Amino acid sequence: MRYLPLTPADRTEMLAVIGAPHVDALFADVPEAARLDGPIHGLPNHATELAVERHMTALARRNTVAGEVPFFLGAGAYRHHVPATVDHLIQRGEFLTAYTPYQPEIAQGTLQMLFEFQTQVARLLGTDVANASMYDGSTACWEAIGMARRITRRGKAILSGGLHPHYVSVAKTMARYTGDQLETALPNLSADTDLDQLIAAIDDDTSCVVVQYPDILGRIADLRPLADAAHAKKALLIAVVTEPVAMGALVTPGEMDADIVVGEGQSLGVGLQFGGPYVGLFGCKEKYVRQMPGRLCGETVDADGRRGFVLTLSTREQHIRREKATSNICTNSGLCALAFSIHMTLLGEAGLRRLAGLNHAGACHAADRLAQVPGVRLVTPSFFNEFTLDLGQEARPIVRALADRGILAGVSLGRLYPGEDGLANGLVVAVTETTTAEDVEALATALQEVLA
Amino acid sequence: MRYFTEEHEWIEVDGAIGTVGITEYAQGQLGDIVFVDVPADGRELAKGDEAAVVESVKAASDVYCPVSGTVLEGNPALADQPDLVNSDAEGEGWFFRLTLSDETELDDLMEEAAYEAYVAKL
Amino acid sequence: MTINQSGWKPEMTASDAGTAPATFTGNRALMLEEPLIFEIGSTKTTGVDFAAGDVAHDRLGDLTRKNPIGLPGLAEPEAVRHYTRLSRQNYAIDLGLFPLGSCTMKHNPRLNEKMARLPGFADVHPLQPVDTVQGALEVIHQLAHWLVTLTGMTSVAMSPKAGAHGELCGILAIKAALEKRGEGHRRVILVPESAHGTNPATAAFAGFAVEDIPATADGRVDTAALIARLGPDVAGVMITNPNTCGLFERDLRTISDAVHDAGGYVYCDGANFNAIVGRVRPGDLGVDAMHINLHKTFSTPHGGGGPGSGPVVFSDALTPFAPLPFVERQGDHFVLVEEENAGDHHADSFGRMVAFHGQMGMFTRALTYILSHGADGLKQVAEDAVLNANYVLRSLEDVLDAPFAGAGPCMHESLFSDSNFAEGFSTLDAAKGLIDEGFHPMTVYFPLVVHGAMLVEPTETESKAALDQFIGALRSVAERAKAGDPSLKTAPHHAPRARLDETRAARKPILVWKEPEAAE
Repeated sequence: MRYLPLTPADRTEMLAVIGAPHVDALFADVPEAARLDGPIHGLPNHATELAVERHMTALARRNTVAGEVPFFLGAGAYRHHVPATVDHLIQRGEFLTAYTPYQPEIAQGTLQMLFEFQTQVARLLGTDVANASMYDGSTACWEAIGMARRITRRGKAILSGGLHPHYVSVAKTMARYTGDQLETALPNLSADTDLDQLIAAIDDDTSCVVVQYPDILGRIADLRPLADAAHAKKALLIAVVTEPVAMGALVTPGEMDADIVVGEGQSLGVGLQFGGPYVGLFGCKEKYVRQMPGRLCGETVDADGRRGFVLTLSTREQHIRREKATSNICTNSGLCALAFSIHMTLLGEAGLRRLAGLNHAGACHAADRLAQVPGVRLVTPSFFNEFTLDLGQEARPIVRALADRGILAGVSLGRLYPGEDGLANGLVVAVTETTTAEDVEALATALQEVLA
Repeated sequence: MRYFTEEHEWIEVDGAIGTVGITEYAQGQLGDIVFVDVPADGRELAKGDEAAVVESVKAASDVYCPVSGTVLEGNPALADQPDLVNSDAEGEGWFFRLTLSDETELDDLMEEAAYEAYVAKL
Repeated sequence: MTINQSGWKPEMTASDAGTAPATFTGNRALMLEEPLIFEIGSTKTTGVDFAAGDVAHDRLGDLTRKNPIGLPGLAEPEAVRHYTRLSRQNYAIDLGLFPLGSCTMKHNPRLNEKMARLPGFADVHPLQPVDTVQGALEVIHQLAHWLVTLTGMTSVAMSPKAGAHGELCGILAIKAALEKRGEGHRRVILVPESAHGTNPATAAFAGFAVEDIPATADGRVDTAALIARLGPDVAGVMITNPNTCGLFERDLRTISDAVHDAGGYVYCDGANFNAIVGRVRPGDLGVDAMHINLHKTFSTPHGGGGPGSGPVVFSDALTPFAPLPFVERQGDHFVLVEEENAGDHHADSFGRMVAFHGQMGMFTRALTYILSHGADGLKQVAEDAVLNANYVLRSLEDVLDAPFAGAGPCMHESLFSDSNFAEGFSTLDAAKGLIDEGFHPMTVYFPLVVHGAMLVEPTETESKAALDQFIGALRSVAERAKAGDPSLKTAPHHAPRARLDETRAARKPILVWKEPEAAE
């Protein structure tokens, strides 16, 4: 088998060195009752590269590819164009097959990249510092809630109705074990975010307020009053950014005095991949750095006085702190962080602003065109690259009907909030630089037909 | 008057106020100290409670309170200069001060000579 | 105080730079120094071409970003050079043997990468209507079937994003099961002292109190002590098998039976599954939950620290509590079971752990690998992995102290200690010496049960020649450490960097770059 270099002669020679008659002798500690009489039943034997390719390709063909149809899905994962360079660089063996940089002398490639990534993320989100990434945005969000609990020593977190329902669901699951008390709400199918309700709900028991920016319907709100209200009660403001490209056009939560800003970095470098692997972004104010979860890369010097980088503040992490760690996370999303960083480096600030501008312009054009479809109303007058339409009837079946016509029309609020009648007519539409005018026209035409 | 614990904490008592730190022996065992997490002002501690955590590059060690009392203050110098614990563990590298609530607990602790004999046998 | 001595005091003596002349660039032939993007890039430069077109900022609700951001760009050739130069400062599996114990640094097949990049897998959105993603759901279903069958368990949760996340999943399922039985008062989890730090951290997060179980002199869990501690307050045990000393826990079935009789559950840390995959099924040993690291046993790439993937297999007892979402087959159709259709069948699920469905990109890679090996190939993988580790053990036990070598074979990794090194010389010095020999060091100072532990896992994808070279290098370094060779103290001498000042990095953390004018 091509992945196994040992030959039968090697094995014989090695067994002789070991002094074992047969490899089974090396498994002597396995109890009789657990020994098997051969390869496990019910599973096929090995296959050639060609056969495996055929098998996997056949499975791949049974999926509708986003790039091959008019495509408008967002809701936490966005289709952007990733330059070809990114994928080639991340497949260099020294990046792809490297390990966590615990031996820094021979891992400066990874470490310097992580330092650059941390700086890029902090600047993108407007925070003082950022870590070397989390698994994804949803786990970064609940880790932030845990961090707020540790800092404030309070247990009540208020979650905005505009926070992605999967993120809310994850936070609820974890809160059962941390003892955090969560206040959650549903969004309204309207132009208004729940900013005022959040401000009113903050009290002396509040550890944090968690708000998404832009939110699940695409709405944007000025977070400064919310930050002020939270700080007045010594609570923290946590902002969640699921579309980092938006930070190329919008004032950042960090600039609006958010204490912790988390997000999903998938838009840059990573690709949709049916849900993972993605890359969680985590930034915060300098004063909270020792409470941050996840890996951190820091600058230092070597014994010859040359600048170098190392993983640092490791005593927060669980392989050292064990029961008293700041979180459960062990790994970061290294290769995805690299992809994000390379894409960001290729864009640069000018490129990011231009990319953001193109996204917003495309979304404005699409919103106007779709609002012309009879029965359709644009719910969100301000948005970045994702907006919500009210179709006047249940949106989920419309999405299925459009899929049958080869159009991936967006994410219905019925898919995100099943059973919530007040939201059922809502359709969340995302537009990026990969969306063409023809795509929009195809959606508008088909939507008009299906709604009639 | 200075007392020592078997866990390598020291406490210098002046009236009802105690200053607590770790011993020269302990700092030598720990390696370079990078951070000390001192208890908050006003915290009530019972004898034996985890009062502080001292971090070296790759490990964290718990520091226990030698006697019961209420914390007056943590050493503010340690935030910027954790290396004081390495260079002057039994002086400038003190961790926190507290008001003792039960001076009889000092009877269970060792005086300097006894502690030195104890360390010599480790 | 507790005295935790793993902290060490890094030796910071400057290495002798040798007699080679300094260069103008600071480069040393193919060893190229590379500045930060902030030092070579410009906020006005971009390496991406955009379509011409209007760039409107008119519906952002007055929240336009005006302040400079500080993100440098590079033209494409410059970017390629920057990252290529950085990559060359990394050790990697593609370069040589990577002996990290319990990490299973096996070859990462490139067919995995090709299959993962098929547009039908790579360019598909997680929220597309399920009829448009039947192939993707079937991949998850097929992989799930393999994992369940290889382990002899009942079901598998595919969504955890990494090994530690999988441990959390398993522990939360146990907690949910106890609460369902009205036994939420069982607060204690027993963990061997040799366990990886994630084990007690996970248990503590879930609200359990962790108690250590000692090891016996032969490196295994003290079964008698463990069984004696069982009682109505014990929720279960977290055990690694093979354990972190590289030894098979012979008594695991006995332990599982006792734990079940006492009303608890058995969590198995599956990090070392490579030793037994295809030969032993954890389900036959009474395990209730086990996480599997796809990036270890199933060859998905480590990527410099992630992403991983940690599916968790469950017994009958814990299956009802598995988290959402997961894939189910209904006739010839695949569905995604989420909050809305969990319904009666899955009402006891403990909830959702992550947005969307899990690490699909790692599923395609792992399934590709598994199909390539098949059941017979995976059995050979375990056998070669164990053979290679034993060959390393027997080839070095004369020069390195191997605490458990006398008691029988090891599994896929062998454990050594620095107890026969010269005074003042430690495992750290041996590790740095090994770097100069062209190898990444083995796992050091873990497990904690042995002084100066060195845990070596070669994996099955190493040839005999590669093993022999590694053995020779480690022998040479060990002999130098035993002889007290002072040049070991300043190793590595040939790496891109000498020993780095980790104390300074922790005392005065610099985590982001700052423009020099603004620096204090």
